[in-house]
Amino acid sequence: MDKTIDIKDWYILNFGEFEKKLNGGKESSIHQKRKDALSNFSRLEFPTIKDEEWKYTSIAPLLKYNFVPSYEKKIVSEELIKSLLFDEMEHSLIIFINGRYSAENSLLLNLPKGVIVGSIADEIKKKNEVLLKHFGKYADHQNHIFTALSTAYTEDGAFIYVPTGKIVEEPIHIIFITDSGNEKILTQPRNLFVAEKNSQVTIIEHYVGNEGEIYFTNSVTEIVAEENAVVDHIKLQEESKKAFHIARMEVDQERSSNFSSHLISTGADLTRNDSNARFNNEGGECTLNGLYIIDGTQLFDAHTLMDHAKPHCNSHEHYKGILDDKSRGVFNGKIIVRQDAQKTNAFQENNSILLSDEALVNTKPQLEIFADDVKCSHGATIGQMDDEAKFYLKSRGIGEEASKGILLHAFASDVITSIKIESVRNYIEKIITEKFNQ
Amino acid sequence: MLEIKNLHAGIEGNEILKGIDLKVNAGEVHAIMGPNGSGKSTLAQVLAGREGYVVTEGEVTYNGKNLLDLATEDRAREGVFLAFQYPVEIPGVSNTNLLKTALNEIRKYRGEEELDTMEFLSLIKEKMKLVELDQKFLSRSVNEGFSGGEKKRNEIFQMAVLQPKLAILDETDSGLDIDALKIVANGVNKLRSKDNATILVTHYQRLLNYIVPDFVHVLYNGKIVKSGGKELAFKLEELGYDWVKNGKSEEVVNH
Repeated sequence: MDKTIDIKDWYILNFGEFEKKLNGGKESSIHQKRKDALSNFSRLEFPTIKDEEWKYTSIAPLLKYNFVPSYEKKIVSEELIKSLLFDEMEHSLIIFINGRYSAENSLLLNLPKGVIVGSIADEIKKKNEVLLKHFGKYADHQNHIFTALSTAYTEDGAFIYVPTGKIVEEPIHIIFITDSGNEKILTQPRNLFVAEKNSQVTIIEHYVGNEGEIYFTNSVTEIVAEENAVVDHIKLQEESKKAFHIARMEVDQERSSNFSSHLISTGADLTRNDSNARFNNEGGECTLNGLYIIDGTQLFDAHTLMDHAKPHCNSHEHYKGILDDKSRGVFNGKIIVRQDAQKTNAFQENNSILLSDEALVNTKPQLEIFADDVKCSHGATIGQMDDEAKFYLKSRGIGEEASKGILLHAFASDVITSIKIESVRNYIEKIITEKFNQ
Repeated sequence: MLEIKNLHAGIEGNEILKGIDLKVNAGEVHAIMGPNGSGKSTLAQVLAGREGYVVTEGEVTYNGKNLLDLATEDRAREGVFLAFQYPVEIPGVSNTNLLKTALNEIRKYRGEEELDTMEFLSLIKEKMKLVELDQKFLSRSVNEGFSGGEKKRNEIFQMAVLQPKLAILDETDSGLDIDALKIVANGVNKLRSKDNATILVTHYQRLLNYIVPDFVHVLYNGKIVKSGGKELAFKLEELGYDWVKNGKSEEVVNH
C-alpha cells in the first residue's frame, strides 16, 4: 500500500537472511527473544502523531528512506578516532563501526579481574550467564516497535560487566561510528551494562557519523545498577545532521544504587530519546540530565520516565535546550510515585532558549503521585536570550557574538558542570565555543 | 571630550530627552541631578548605546567621533563606561571571566597585547583593594546573590579594571549605606585624573559630599534647566526639586 508497509514487510521477510548471517549466535536463548520480538514487530504499527507519545514528533521522514542493515565491512581512519577522544583522559576505548565491534580499533586498559568490556555478539556466542539473565528484560519489546526491531535484529553492541565490589577507575569510552556512504543504512547498537553490588563504573556512549550522510541509528541500552553500585553514564550524540537517531535507555536500580546520566545532543535531523529509570528498592539516587543544541530543521525529542516504585529514593532531572533557526524541541518528563514510595524526592526542570522566532519547544511535565508523603517539583521555562545581560556584557566592551557565546555557555553551565569528568566537560565546552564564538 | 548638542531621544515613541546640551572636558566631574522621571537614566543609557532608545534629533561627539554611530561594545572599547543603576545578574558567568574577556577585547581593539593570566590576576588584585572587595568575589557569578552595596562596588571595581576615559555613574549612590557610599566615592576619587572625565547621575546631593563635582546640572522634563558649580547642589538640597519644577529657579538663584 504505502512505504510504511513496505519497510515493515522487508524486515519480516528478510529475517531468515539475517538468521543465516548470525553464524553461531542462533543457538542461544537470545534467539528466542529475537523471534518473539519479530512477531511483536509485525503486530505493532509505526507511531504517528496521533499517538500521544509521538504527538510532536513525526517519523514520516524516517520511514520514507527504507533504511536497511548493511553487512559491508568498513574501516575508519585512526585520525578520525583520535579526533573523537577526550584530551588527557585515561580510558578504555571500544569502537563500533556501522554497529559492529571493531577489535582492531579498541583498546582496553588493565581492567580489574572479572570485568568484561567488549562486544555483545561475542558474549551471546559464549552464552554469558549475566547476559542471558538481563538481556531484553528491561527494554520492553511488546509495546515499542523500535525496541522490537532492535531486539529482533540483535546482532552487536557494547557489553560491560562489572562484578561485585570491582571498581573500574578509568572511564569506558564507547564510540559508535556510522560510515554509510551513499547507502541508506540502519545500525542498531544493542548495549547492556551490568554493575553488580558495590561496584563502580563510568561509561560514555558516543555516537558519530559522517556529516551530511543519511542513515538511521536505532539504539537500545539496558543498564543494571545492583545494590550500592555507582554508575556514571554520559551519552554524546553527534550524528550527521541528516541522520535519524532513535534511542531507548532503560535503567534498573536496586537498593542504594546511584545512577547518573548526562545526555549531550547536537546531531541528527530527528532525535528521539526515551530515557527511563526505575527504582526497584529503597535508597536509590538517580540523575537524568540533558543538554541539546540544535539548529536548521533539527528536531530533538526527549521522553523521560522516573519510576519511583519504592520509598526513600531521590531523583533529579534537568534538561536544557538551545534552539536556533526552525529547530524544534520536545521534552516530556514523566514522574510516577507509586503508593509504596513514601519519602520520595523528585525534582524536574526543563529550560529552553530560543534564538530565533521560528524555533519551537513543546514541554510537558507529567506527575503521577500515588503516595502522600513525598516532595516533588517541576518547572519549565522557555525564553529568549537575556537582552539585559547581553547589553551589560557589550557595555563592557565584549562584542555581540562573544556576548552571545558567554551567555549560552552560562545557560548550559549547570548541566555541564555536573558532569564529573573534566576532559568530557572540556570537550562539550569546546563544542559550544566552536558553535557560538566564531 | 564629550559634546552633546540638542539631543532628543525616546523609547517606544515617547520622547524623554527634549534637547540636551552638555560639554564635558577631560579632567572634569559633572553631576547631573534631577527628580525621578526627568530623563537622567535615559541620558546615561543613550550614551552607553542601549538598544531600544531612539535618537530623533541632535548629535553626540566623543573625542572627535560620532558616538551615536558606534556599537555599544565599540563605545566601551573607545573608553566609555556605564556603571549601571541596576547591575545585571548573570548566573554562570564568573566575574573573572567577564573582566578578562572585556579587558582583552578592549586591548585587542586598541591594538595592544592581550594580558596573560598572571598579568591579569595581579591587575585585578590591585584594583580590588580600591573598593575593598574580597577575592572570593572573583569566582562568583556576576552580581548573582550580591547585596545592593556589593553590586555597586562591583561596578566601580569593573571601572577600575577597564580604566575608562569617560565614566558615567548612573545612580551609583542610590540605596547605599554611608559606609558603602564612602567606599564607592573613594574608588571614584582615586580614579580621577586630568585625562579622564566622570558624569555622576544622581537624585541625591549626599554623594556630592564625597565626590566633589566641578559642575552641577539640573535635569527636568528632558532638559537641562540649570547649570552651575557645586553650590547648586546645596541649593537643591535646601529647596528641593519643587524649586525647579515650579519654574522659579531663575528668580531664586538671581537673588
